[in-house]
Amino acid sequence: MPSMQALERDQALTKPAYRILSEKFGEKVSRVTEYRGDLAITVDRAAWKEAARTLRDHPELDYKLFLDLCGVDYLNDESRPDRFEVALHLYSVTHKHHIRLKTAVPEKNPTCDSLTDIYKGANWFEREAFDLYGIAFLGHPNLTRILTHDDFVGHAMRKDFPTGKRFVSKKPKEWLLHVPKGSEHLVLNVGPSHPAMHGTFRVQVLLDGETIRDAAAEIGYLHRNFEKMAEERTYWQIIPYTDRLNYCSAFINGHGWALAVEKLLGVAAPARAEAIRVILSEFSRIMDHLVCISTNVVDLGAITPFFVVFRAREEIYDLLDSVCGARLTVSYVRIGGVAQDVPDDFDARCRKTLGWIREVADQMENLLTRNKIFADRFKDVGVMSKEDALSYGWVGPCLRGSGVGYDIRKDHPYSGYDQYDFDVPVGTVGDCYDRYLVRVEEIKQSARIIEQALAKLPKGDFITHDRKVALPPKSEVYSNIESLMNHFKLVYDGILAEPGEVYGYCEGANGELGYYIVSEGKKYPTRVKVRPPCYNIYQAYPEMIKGTMIADAVAMIGGLNVVAGELDR
Amino acid sequence: METLLTPALKEIAIDAVIGVIKLAVIFNVLLLVFSLMTYIERRILGFMQFRRGPNRTGPWGILQPAADGIKLFFKEELMPEGANKFLFFAAPVVAIITAYVSLAVVPYGGPLVLPFYGPVSLFGRPINIQIADLDVGILFIFAITALGVYSIVFAGYASNNKYALIGGLRSSAQMFSYELALGMSWVSVIMAAGSFRLNDIVAAAERMNPWMWLLIQFPAFVIYMIAACAEVNRTPFDLPEGETELVAGFHVEYSSMKFALMQMAEYINMMTVCALASNMFLGGWLSPLPGVIPNSPLWFFAKMGLLLFVFIWLRATVPRFRYDQLMNFGWKRLIPAAAIWVVLFSGLTAVFGEKKTPPSTVAIIAPAAGQVSR
Repeated sequence: MPSMQALERDQALTKPAYRILSEKFGEKVSRVTEYRGDLAITVDRAAWKEAARTLRDHPELDYKLFLDLCGVDYLNDESRPDRFEVALHLYSVTHKHHIRLKTAVPEKNPTCDSLTDIYKGANWFEREAFDLYGIAFLGHPNLTRILTHDDFVGHAMRKDFPTGKRFVSKKPKEWLLHVPKGSEHLVLNVGPSHPAMHGTFRVQVLLDGETIRDAAAEIGYLHRNFEKMAEERTYWQIIPYTDRLNYCSAFINGHGWALAVEKLLGVAAPARAEAIRVILSEFSRIMDHLVCISTNVVDLGAITPFFVVFRAREEIYDLLDSVCGARLTVSYVRIGGVAQDVPDDFDARCRKTLGWIREVADQMENLLTRNKIFADRFKDVGVMSKEDALSYGWVGPCLRGSGVGYDIRKDHPYSGYDQYDFDVPVGTVGDCYDRYLVRVEEIKQSARIIEQALAKLPKGDFITHDRKVALPPKSEVYSNIESLMNHFKLVYDGILAEPGEVYGYCEGANGELGYYIVSEGKKYPTRVKVRPPCYNIYQAYPEMIKGTMIADAVAMIGGLNVVAGELDR
Repeated sequence: METLLTPALKEIAIDAVIGVIKLAVIFNVLLLVFSLMTYIERRILGFMQFRRGPNRTGPWGILQPAADGIKLFFKEELMPEGANKFLFFAAPVVAIITAYVSLAVVPYGGPLVLPFYGPVSLFGRPINIQIADLDVGILFIFAITALGVYSIVFAGYASNNKYALIGGLRSSAQMFSYELALGMSWVSVIMAAGSFRLNDIVAAAERMNPWMWLLIQFPAFVIYMIAACAEVNRTPFDLPEGETELVAGFHVEYSSMKFALMQMAEYINMMTVCALASNMFLGGWLSPLPGVIPNSPLWFFAKMGLLLFVFIWLRATVPRFRYDQLMNFGWKRLIPAAAIWVVLFSGLTAVFGEKKTPPSTVAIIAPAAGQVSR
C-alpha cells in the first residue's frame, strides 16, 4: 500500500499524539500513518485502553470528544496477521484536531478492552462492533446485540457472512431493564410505536408514580445494514443509500459522502458545485431544524407551530424538486460535483423560499420563545453538562447547546464555508431550551449563508473534469470513442480509489456526520462506517431521563432530533 | 277529596308533559350543537393552522360529524383482555349521564318569546327555556360534574392498560385540585346575587347592568375559566389524555360508540362550563346593550360560543403543562387567588352592601388579584 506508508520516525515525532504515546508505551505503538491529512496511530491490544485514556487526559492532546468506534474486517488482506481491526475516532475541541486510534484484533481470540469507563459514548459503539463483527469488549457492562435482534446468528458485517442471509425474530425482547424482585414500581414500554417516539424505537421505563426511576433503550427496528450494502456498491451507487440516513435533511448526507470520497480520491469539486452544495445543504439544515423544533413542540401538545413551519418546509421541498426532480431522497450529489446544473430560476426560487423561511421562523418564535408554558416545560429540563456531552460524543446543535462551540463549518471549513460570514450560536445551560434557541439561531445563520452564497454563485462547471471520477457529458459519449470507452469503464468498473483510509466529515443537521472509508483499491469500498450523530446523542437519553417525569422525557426526545434512519442504519 | 286532588295532580301532569317536551327539544338541540361543535372546532383549528379542515362531506364539509358518527357506530367494539367488564362499560355511561344531567339546570334564555308571536305559553304557563329551575342550581351542577371524574377513573382503571391507568390517576388528581378553585370562583357571584339559582344570578346582573356585573366579577371570571379549562381536560390541561405522552390516556382502549360517548361527554362538559360562565359572568341571555337591543336566547348562545371559541383558540396556541407544574399552579396560585378574592369580595360586600359596590374598588381588586396569581 504505497500511500498508506508508515511515517518515518523523525517525521512521526512531530506529531504530539505519537510522541506522547510512544514515550509512554514505547514499542506498543506500532505504526503511525498520515493519509490525506488523517493521522492514524496503531497500538497493540495491550495498550489500547491506556492509550485512549492518555489521548483523553494529556493536556497537550485533550481528545475529549468521542466520535466513533467501529470494527473493520480485513479477511482478504493477506498481508495482515490479524483479521480484525478496531478503529476509534476522537476529536480535540481545544486543538481542533481529529485522530484515529487503531488496534488489531485476531480472529482466534477477538477480544479487546472496553473503553466504556473512559468514554461514555463507547458503550453502544462497542455493542455494535460486538453485534456486527463479534469482537468482544472486556469489561463492558452490557455486551449484548444492539442493531440486530437476539435470534440473529452470526455477525452480519463479517466478510464471510452472506449478504442475503436473514433471520426472523420470533419474539420481542420483553425485558430491557433489570427490575428488582418485589419492586412495586410500574414498568412501562414507551414505544416502539408511540406518538412521542420519532421513529421506531423503544424505551422501557420503571415508573414511580410519574417519576422515571430507571430506563433502558432498544434500537435497531429500522436496521437494514447500510454499511454491508455499501460494501457491495461502487462509490456512487452508495449515494442514494445515504439519502435514507437522516431523511429530514437527505441532501447533507450525500454532501458528506461526496466529501469523504473526494478526500479519499484527492479530487475537488468545482467552485460552482461547491456553492450549490452549500446552498442546498443549508436549506436542508433549515428544514431539519424546523422539523425538529415543530415535532418537539407537538410532543408538548402545541400543534400549531408544526403547521406553521411545514409551509416553509414545503417550499424547500419544491425548491429541491425543481433542482433535481426529487423531494425527499434527492440523490443530487455526485462524486466531484452535482448531478446537473441548477435551473435558471434557481436564484429567484431560493430568495422566495428564504422569504418563507424568515416569515415562518418569526411566527414560530412568536408562538414559542416567549410562551410561558413552553419555556417552563423546556427550561432546566434535560440538562447536559459540557463534559458529559463530550464524553457521549454529542455534536451539532445539541453539543453547542451545552456550551461547546464546535461547528465543522467554522473549525474545518469545507466546500468554501470559509468565504461566508456566519456566527455559531452557543448555549449556556445545556437544557432543552438552549438546544431550541441554538436551532432557531442556526436557522437564521443558515439563511445568511444562503444569501451570501447566492450573491456570489460562481459560473462554470457543476462537476469535475477528472474523467476517472466523473462521467463524460453525453454529447461527447455519443460523438467520440474515447469518451464512450471512458463512460463504459467508469460505469462498469466504478471509481477506483487507491488503497487507503479516510475519515470524511461534514456538519450534518444533527452534528458531525462522518464517513470512515477503507479502500483496498477495488471497485467497492472495503469498509464504510457512518458516524451517525444521533447514535451518540440518543445513547445519553436513557441516562438523561432518569429521575425526571414522563412529560420531561417526552419533551427531551424531540429536541435531540433522533432520526431512526440514521440511528439504526 | 277527589276535587281537592285533581288540580294538584293536573298540575303535576302538566309539569311532567312540559318537562318531557323541553327535555326532548333541548336534548336534541344539544346533540346537534355537539356535533356542530366538533365540526366547527376542526374548521377553526384548520383556519388557525393554515389548512382546510373537513371540507369534503356535504357543503363545506358540514356533514362531517354525521359521517364520523356513522363510522364510529359501525366500528368494532373492542374490550381489552383482563379488563374489568362492568367498570369498562360503566365509564362511558357515567360520563354521558353526568354530562347531560348537569346541563338540565342551565337556563338558556328567559321566557320563550318568539318573533311575530310574543311570549309562548303551554297549558296557560309561560315557558322558560330551561329544563329544571332548581333553587340550588349551581350546587347541583357542582355535585354532578364532580361525579364525572368517576367515568375517567373507571375508564383508566378498567382498561387494564398502563397508559390508561396513568391517565386516570392524573385526571383524578387534576379534577380534584381544580374543583376547589372552580367552586371558590362561584362564591362571589353567589354572594352578589344572593341566590344559588342561575335565573336569579342573571336577574341580578340585569339589575346591575351586565357590563358592570362582568367588571366586578372579572377576577372570579378569570379564575373560573382557567379552572374550567382544567376541569374539562382541554389544552393546556389535557394531561389525562396527553396524546403524545399517554397515547390517548384514559380512553386509549375505547372504540366504537363507547369512544364516541366519551368524546361526546367531553364536549358536552365543555359546553356546560361555557354555558355556566355565560350565565354567571356574562349575563346569560341579556343583551349587551340593555334597552337598545332586546334580550334573547341568541345572546346566550353567542356568549357561550365565544367562550367555546376561546377554548379552541387556546388549544391551537399553547402547549401542555407538566404534571407538577399543573399541581403547583392549581394549589399554589389558583386556589390562593380564589380564596383571596372570596375574602376581599365578602369584605367589600359587607362594607358597601350588595348593590352599592362602587366601581372604583374594582380597580384596586383586579390588580391585587393579578399580583397573587402571578
